[in-house]
Amino acid sequence: MSLGILSLIVLGLAGLGFFVGRARALAVVGGDGRKLHSLPSYHGQSVALFAALPAFFVFGVWLFVQPILIESSISGTIPDSIIPEGGALSLVMADVRRIADGLDVLVQSGSLTEAAIAELSTETTDIRALLAEGGVALGSDVPQPVLAAASEYRAMNGTGRWAMTGLVLVLAVLGLVVSLRRITPDLRARNISEAFVKALLIGASLVAILTTVGIVFSLMFETINFFKMYPAKDFFFSTVWNPQFRGGSDLGILPLLWGTLYVSFVALLFAVPLGLMIAIYLSEYAGPKLRSLAKPAIEVLAGIPTIVYGLFALVTVGPLLRDYLAQPLGLGTSSSSVLTAGLVMGIMLIPFVSSLSDDIINAVPQAMRDGSYGLGATRSETIRQVVLPAALPGVVGAILLAASRAIGETMIVVMGAGAAAKLGLNPFEAMTTVTVKIVSQLTGDTEFASPETLVAFALGLTLFVFTLGLNVLALIIVRKYREQYE
Amino acid sequence: MYDAPTNNAEINVDQNEIKISARNVQVYYGDSHAIKDVNVDIAPRTVTAFIGPSGCGKSTFLRCLNRMNDTIDVCRVEGRIELDGEDIYDKRVDPVQLRARVGMVFQKPNPFPKSIYDNVAYGPRIHGMARSKADLDEIVETALRRGAIWNEVKDRLHAPGTGLSGGQQQRLCIARAIATQPEVLLMDEPCSALDPIATAQVEELIDDLRTNYSVVIVTHSMQQAARVSQKTAFFHLGNLVEFDDTSRIFTQPQDPRTESYITGRIG
Repeated sequence: MSLGILSLIVLGLAGLGFFVGRARALAVVGGDGRKLHSLPSYHGQSVALFAALPAFFVFGVWLFVQPILIESSISGTIPDSIIPEGGALSLVMADVRRIADGLDVLVQSGSLTEAAIAELSTETTDIRALLAEGGVALGSDVPQPVLAAASEYRAMNGTGRWAMTGLVLVLAVLGLVVSLRRITPDLRARNISEAFVKALLIGASLVAILTTVGIVFSLMFETINFFKMYPAKDFFFSTVWNPQFRGGSDLGILPLLWGTLYVSFVALLFAVPLGLMIAIYLSEYAGPKLRSLAKPAIEVLAGIPTIVYGLFALVTVGPLLRDYLAQPLGLGTSSSSVLTAGLVMGIMLIPFVSSLSDDIINAVPQAMRDGSYGLGATRSETIRQVVLPAALPGVVGAILLAASRAIGETMIVVMGAGAAAKLGLNPFEAMTTVTVKIVSQLTGDTEFASPETLVAFALGLTLFVFTLGLNVLALIIVRKYREQYE
Repeated sequence: MYDAPTNNAEINVDQNEIKISARNVQVYYGDSHAIKDVNVDIAPRTVTAFIGPSGCGKSTFLRCLNRMNDTIDVCRVEGRIELDGEDIYDKRVDPVQLRARVGMVFQKPNPFPKSIYDNVAYGPRIHGMARSKADLDEIVETALRRGAIWNEVKDRLHAPGTGLSGGQQQRLCIARAIATQPEVLLMDEPCSALDPIATAQVEELIDDLRTNYSVVIVTHSMQQAARVSQKTAFFHLGNLVEFDDTSRIFTQPQDPRTESYITGRIG
């Protein structure tokens, strides 16, 4: 029985449970719903939950555990002699799985019977050719132990599948029957179904948190590998970034970090004042009609793919800045520059600052403004001294969100600021950022286990810690401000 | 202590004993006619109460007196409202300056998210009323004393104003309004969010303010109108039904609507 059908059966049982449970709840009180603690539909829900949840739980755990158990028991049967020179057990196991899958395909298409498979032997049949008929291509001829392992694999999988199907169905029916039988007028079915909703919501938030944890761990292991090969002191404190594919590279993060911060700083320098002024205009001065047009128009900026911004930086902003600012001032001849990337990134960030700040400023109660106007304050006095201070925590949050975006931005930097890792102050020079180097270290023909590649993970983790610190800082600022003013 | 704010300038125009005069005032919210042909004279150094059922337009009319309705786009005011003989809806009048002369206290206490001191100093600062820090300190202290809240906050002037209790916040807002030394103080149901004790304190304060200001108070409480005001105006469905001495309104109302409202509420 396929997994889909099994799930459908369990769901069907749950659905059935809902209707039967609802009907039974009404039946036990003789049709008078007021005598029930919970509405009949809550009883139905609790029956459906008891039918579905334990069954699906076992289903899920089984699907996860079965392959692990079977793999470990099969891999024990494979003799070392057939593991090819320089190869690994995992490669042989992959073959075993593919042969097993191939045999399944052949059985399903009817060209092979179970009995025939039991008699298969590498002596009598060319397994490779046989499987090729079924559409499964193998790299080499199949040795007898591998074929035996594949048969064993199929057998264990089949048994496991049947055991699981049986157990799941039994659990579903059991859950259905038990929960139906315990329906009484006093049963707190509503509490059961609400506890389930609560668990569901907790589960949803756990998914988000655990994913973050997972990301950190995946970065962490590779980073530890990297630091085994490359001294951490050099990584954090060396001012030279010069990866060599033959080894002996200098992998100092400082030039990259400096580039990241410099470009982000320039971007925020453009985006924050502009965005704030837009937000103030939209929320305090613009009429509702203009606002309903202008706000989406500005938000379009956030929807433009960053690669398009990159093109804009590459073909328009870069050359313009070079020809009209950098060269006349004698500051540089490169069209890729910190200023180019910062400017274009600043444009991208405007809607982040303006749109969020606008919402936050709008959320400041009208009573605050009335109070200020009532004292004879002008509009700008009201905005500067009452509205903005009240909105500040949210505005700080908007700015830090924009900062996180700026630090993580890649495409605009590649095309606007170049790829030269440099420690410098001149905004008309090409520089590069951490994200750009992560991309360039991971793409290419280098061996995965070399420090030149693994450094990408260390860079990523550093960046992650950096933005995390930024967010924590934002939280502290916001909280401190709130304590003072609410 | 500096002088009470409404001294010489006001006495000069007191011959006819009218501070604010409203003639044929109409207010429209979009298409709806909220205030119909209202005529009221507000006397100086008097507490005038506006009473009437909810939605009768008394708050709307109050907000006309310092052009707070300007901030509402769909609101249109017609007729003539004069402050000391000057039309406040004249194009040359700056509503900002007008509001400095005609202060306002709102229904819900709305202290700014600033310290108590900064809340009170807000008006004097934007109007440049203090020459020095000491000057400002004095203005703040005087306003807080007049607002009958000085003793409660003098030790924590730099704590946030939003941390005070509801009654204290309202008195802080009153102190904030007095600090700009207005000539008229408009109060829009200042006690509706307060408990009886805080209400009593605010009422005492209103009575006290009468020595210097014209006070116009919108209230839902008949007893409050009777206690604090000398003049009472009864609004009904956008019309000014009756406007007379408070004692007359409450003892011998001329209009049957006034009588039924008062007796219905009191009895």
